[in-house]
Amino acid sequence: MGGDRAPAIRVRELRRTFRVAEREAGLAASVRSLVRRTHRDVEAVAGVSFDVAHGEVVGFLGANGAGKTTTLKMLSGLLHPTSGEVAVLGCTPARREREFLRQITLVMGNRNQLQWDIPAADSFEMNRAIYRIPDAEFRRNRDELVELLEIGDLVRKPVRNLSLGERMKAETAAALLHRPQVLFLDEPTIGLDVTAQKRIRAFLAEYNRRTGASILMTSHYMADVQALCSRVVVIDAGQVLYDGGLRALTTRFAAHQTITVGLPEGAVDLSGYGEVVESTPDGRTSLRVPKAQASAVAARLLAAHRVSDLTIEDPPIEDVIEQVFASRPAPTAPVTR
Amino acid sequence: MTAVDAPPRRRRLSGLPGFYAVVMRTAVQTQFQYRTANYLYMVGMIAEPVIYLVVWSAVAQAQGGSVQGITAGEFAAYYIVWTLVRNMNIVFTPYGWEERIRQGELSGLLVRPVHPIHYDLAYFAGWKFVVILLWLPIAAVLSLVFRPTFDVRGVEVLVFVAAIWGAYLIRSMLLWALGMVTFWTTRVSALYELYFTAELLLSGRLLPLVLLPAWAATIADWTPFQYTFGYPIEVLAGDLTTGQLWTGLALQAVWIAAGALLVAVVWRFGIRRYSAVGN
Repeated sequence: MGGDRAPAIRVRELRRTFRVAEREAGLAASVRSLVRRTHRDVEAVAGVSFDVAHGEVVGFLGANGAGKTTTLKMLSGLLHPTSGEVAVLGCTPARREREFLRQITLVMGNRNQLQWDIPAADSFEMNRAIYRIPDAEFRRNRDELVELLEIGDLVRKPVRNLSLGERMKAETAAALLHRPQVLFLDEPTIGLDVTAQKRIRAFLAEYNRRTGASILMTSHYMADVQALCSRVVVIDAGQVLYDGGLRALTTRFAAHQTITVGLPEGAVDLSGYGEVVESTPDGRTSLRVPKAQASAVAARLLAAHRVSDLTIEDPPIEDVIEQVFASRPAPTAPVTR
Repeated sequence: MTAVDAPPRRRRLSGLPGFYAVVMRTAVQTQFQYRTANYLYMVGMIAEPVIYLVVWSAVAQAQGGSVQGITAGEFAAYYIVWTLVRNMNIVFTPYGWEERIRQGELSGLLVRPVHPIHYDLAYFAGWKFVVILLWLPIAAVLSLVFRPTFDVRGVEVLVFVAAIWGAYLIRSMLLWALGMVTFWTTRVSALYELYFTAELLLSGRLLPLVLLPAWAATIADWTPFQYTFGYPIEVLAGDLTTGQLWTGLALQAVWIAAGALLVAVVWRFGIRRYSAVGN
């Protein structure tokens, strides 16, 4: 891969406005709306710019309604942007050219790749025909996916007889049979148990390693993001709040750190040092302290007590993300027309 | 480690024909899983032609054996062939469109590099093979009960085989175009009911077209409906001349082309609207 190669995904000043009809509740309002409808313009995506390099795995994070899915839909060609530029593998998604569609995949919650009544193996055959995958390549890809996802026994059962986790694994395999170079994944592990989540995660990492595909994924499970993404783009109210490394996100936005201290003399009241999060009878206490003061508090603790061990940790990534959203002013009211 | 057994080696169709072959095979597999449901459905569907048949047979008897030259045996032939043609006319409906858009399934179809109409055409076409197989015993029983009069030439059988697929394609195109109105209204059922009523009267579904009053027959001549019901039935159960047989097929081809054009135009604007409004 050359360093001057164009990015796999290039997004510039992307905007998407939806026009929604609205009315007050109640019968009178519903009659009035027959004659005179009022509309409101809602800006779902309000000037988003970012790149994703070839082979890069990027987490696309944000609260519900932040504009993640709308962006993914524009990137996969399902929605026309109101303005701005999008290029995926050099193509304009909204044109939905065959060459473009053959190189991407979009996995969205319940959107089915699989036929409900027949075994997944037969649905795979259908995808072979849809994507015109040559026979030898199809067999190679299919067997590889089946092996990586450990679904050898499942693909012969009718899909309706599979559990949710089994079905998601088979769905994922079906979505990748044509070896897409760009993957748009909207909550790829939603609703799965921890084991199945881990399996899908490990699989996506391996797929990325083997094929060099770029992945843009949304997830509410931070474990997904931590396991797969070296970089995250955080959006809120349709705008990019943060674009960078996961570690740097913590450094920049985490306002607090957790100091856990072990005291051989047993439980001691340490509330003078910070907010006590947890205290056990055997002398372990966790304190939440402002990040800027963490080192000083630790030094004071070490000086004042006989300390058997002490750790300073960043907060869990979920808390950091929450912090990111909290630090943002409330979104401005949409324009009414 | 090959986890899925390699299918037996056979020459595969490639490109769009290959896609059709796979989807049709899938439809046959799926529908065979529901053969009892399919059968009950078909048996239920017989009620409609049997009612028409009983009414017209009674009228024929009351009028001394025939209605405008059609005997009870000819009515029986007409409505028995009707049962097959009706099943050939089952296509992806506007109700399906409403569901498809509301559930977001269309998005899944749009990110594939094949136009969604090919999937519907192939799937319902595959289903037809199951339907034809299940229809044979039903036709046999109806024939034993109602004693139809058939006078069939070889060429009529050939034209009939083509004409039922022509009917299938015309109705597919028309209802696809109508279903796409969902892009603008989200509810298209009312329009479908209107279509349904016009079709019932003008297609030969309710009664053979020769029994229509002159004004209605004139309207019917200008609509595609008769090429989805009356014409294919008449090919086998009526006494069309060889010229009429071929002209009918040619007009079916014209309506298929017109329908395809209509689908292409509505699709072009509809999809623009869909991706403008979102879902």
